[in-house]
Amino acid sequence: MTLLIGAATIGLILALLALGVYLSFRIFHFADITADGSITLGASVTAILLVHHTAPLLATAAGGLAGMIAGGLTGVLHTKFKINGLLSGILVMTALYSINLHIMGRSNVPLLNEATLASQVESLGLPFWPSGELLVAGWRVSLRDLMMLGGMFLLVSSVGFTLHLFFKTNLGTAMLATGDNQQMIRALGVNVDFILILGLALSNGLIALSGSLLAQYQGFADVQMGIGMVVWGLASVIIGEALVGTSRIGLLITGAIMGSVLFRLLVAIALRWGLNPNDLKLITATFVFVALVAPGFIRKLKSAAPATPAAP
Amino acid sequence: MLEVVDLLKTFNPGTPNEVRALRSVTLRLEPSSFLIIIGTNGSGKSTLLNAVAGTFLVDTGTITLAGQNITRWPEHRRARLIGRVFQNPFSGTAPSMSIAENLALAARRGQPRGFGWTLNRRLREELRERIRSLNMGLENRLDNAIGSLSGGQRQALTLIMASWLKPELLLLDEHTAALDPKSADQVIRLTHEIIERDRLTTLMVTHSMQQAVHLGDRIIMMHKGQILHDLQGPERARVRPEDLLRRFDDVRRREQLDPAVAELLQQRYV
Ligand SMILES: Nc1ncnc2c1ncn2[C@@H]1O[C@H](COP(=O)(O)OP(=O)(O)OP(=O)(O)O)[C@@H](O)[C@H]1O
Ligand SMILES: [Mg+2]
Repeated sequence: MTLLIGAATIGLILALLALGVYLSFRIFHFADITADGSITLGASVTAILLVHHTAPLLATAAGGLAGMIAGGLTGVLHTKFKINGLLSGILVMTALYSINLHIMGRSNVPLLNEATLASQVESLGLPFWPSGELLVAGWRVSLRDLMMLGGMFLLVSSVGFTLHLFFKTNLGTAMLATGDNQQMIRALGVNVDFILILGLALSNGLIALSGSLLAQYQGFADVQMGIGMVVWGLASVIIGEALVGTSRIGLLITGAIMGSVLFRLLVAIALRWGLNPNDLKLITATFVFVALVAPGFIRKLKSAAPATPAAP
Repeated sequence: MLEVVDLLKTFNPGTPNEVRALRSVTLRLEPSSFLIIIGTNGSGKSTLLNAVAGTFLVDTGTITLAGQNITRWPEHRRARLIGRVFQNPFSGTAPSMSIAENLALAARRGQPRGFGWTLNRRLREELRERIRSLNMGLENRLDNAIGSLSGGQRQALTLIMASWLKPELLLLDEHTAALDPKSADQVIRLTHEIIERDRLTTLMVTHSMQQAVHLGDRIIMMHKGQILHDLQGPERARVRPEDLLRRFDDVRRREQLDPAVAELLQQRYV
């Protein structure tokens, strides 16, 4: 039970990553590798501020803000300096690796003894369950885990809902249209460069927020924690699309969140069954590869089928 | 009013692919005039429209529109003054977004985009009424993705989008060339209607001599990045499709084109 609650909580935290990846990859069709660096950036900025006794809410916000700056930088490299999108992301990600080390001063910052959002959320529940534990369907569950799960659920759903509303505003619609048809939206007077920079800032802000929360939940920030995270987010987005099966934005946002939780649960179960943790990234990458290629492959099979004569 | 003075544009300068697409084009367009541009392939018609719209900056020359020197303005800034319909029906609309969203985007052409709602009930009703007048049965499909419509329907909607806020200048670049004859007729009729109604200043490129003669009040013929003929007033009033074709023939003779190519051109322009 504790295992499942933990997996669901991390799934929710990483749902913010999935939303960020959804924004860059699905809306802008921009493979933004900055994510790998910005998730760590969010974690490291928050961690170092917490170590210096900054209020957790402020430290978390600062983590997200740092991510926005990193994303905006990728956007500037791409639009103003005309550097290929993938390369822009790689440049910023690579630079962030050193920057993160500088911010933390070493490769790992533990947060176990600091006041974090996680410890604050836990203390909210303490007056009601002073034992720090409670029974859920006959299982003993720690208050911290349960409060974290509830808190993340509230946070992620409100972020998802806000994003949904945003895409109904003039600015949000212009952003969607920028991903859909740049020539058209430029002819309608939208500064496409600005929208791209803004979109990448938003995307990486969400991703850094995810990193910040992840660090506070697991109790440390590590300079390696971002490796392969883009692919992870992409896998969640793809699972989410399969779950909701439409192209409506609102549902896709919900789908990305559900996809992230489901994916994390599946991984937790697989690990429990004895999957070698070292193989996790390989399996994730393979999964994304298959999910990206399969739809086109199936279409090809279908369209080729009538042309193939039936076997005698 | 549009005034274009001495425009020069060279693509890929200094490379083997160098193309002098505009060589000193000068043009003055009175308010509410409707200018048709004809000319052989590669003569610079689209380049002229793109230069005015700001797709790229010109090498030298000035462009003045509605009393403002827009020569160095970026494309998105010029959009405040200019409405555009492209040749490719896919270029003018965002395919995965709904009809209503596409039109709503156009209803704010050139205005700042903030956190106001894109669509409200009043705007929806306005859009519905406008679309109803098209008689294409689209008024009940406001929430369908615009990508599911035919090329003709999309071009008609793009026209409405380009003219929703009255532009100082309307640019049409062979906007019916990719359509079947029936849809093309429909879109041309709509074009005529909108331009008449709003008395829009218009630049329209076409390869159809019929359209050139029956629409507009002035015709220019471009060749190799220059304006070769400029027909206005009584001369324009007298002109027939055959006369225009003869002028194409003259150009071709001067170019000493291979007869096979000439034949092809003839087929395309009739
Ligand atoms: N972006 C570009 N880069 C390089 N060359 C270009 C570019 N746009 C146009 N050209 C070249 O400039 C010349 C003029 O092209 P333009 O598209 O203006 O011709 P056009 O009169 O519109 O022809 P068509 O009737 O085929 O549409 C052509 O030789 C074309 O190859
Ligand atoms: Mg052209």
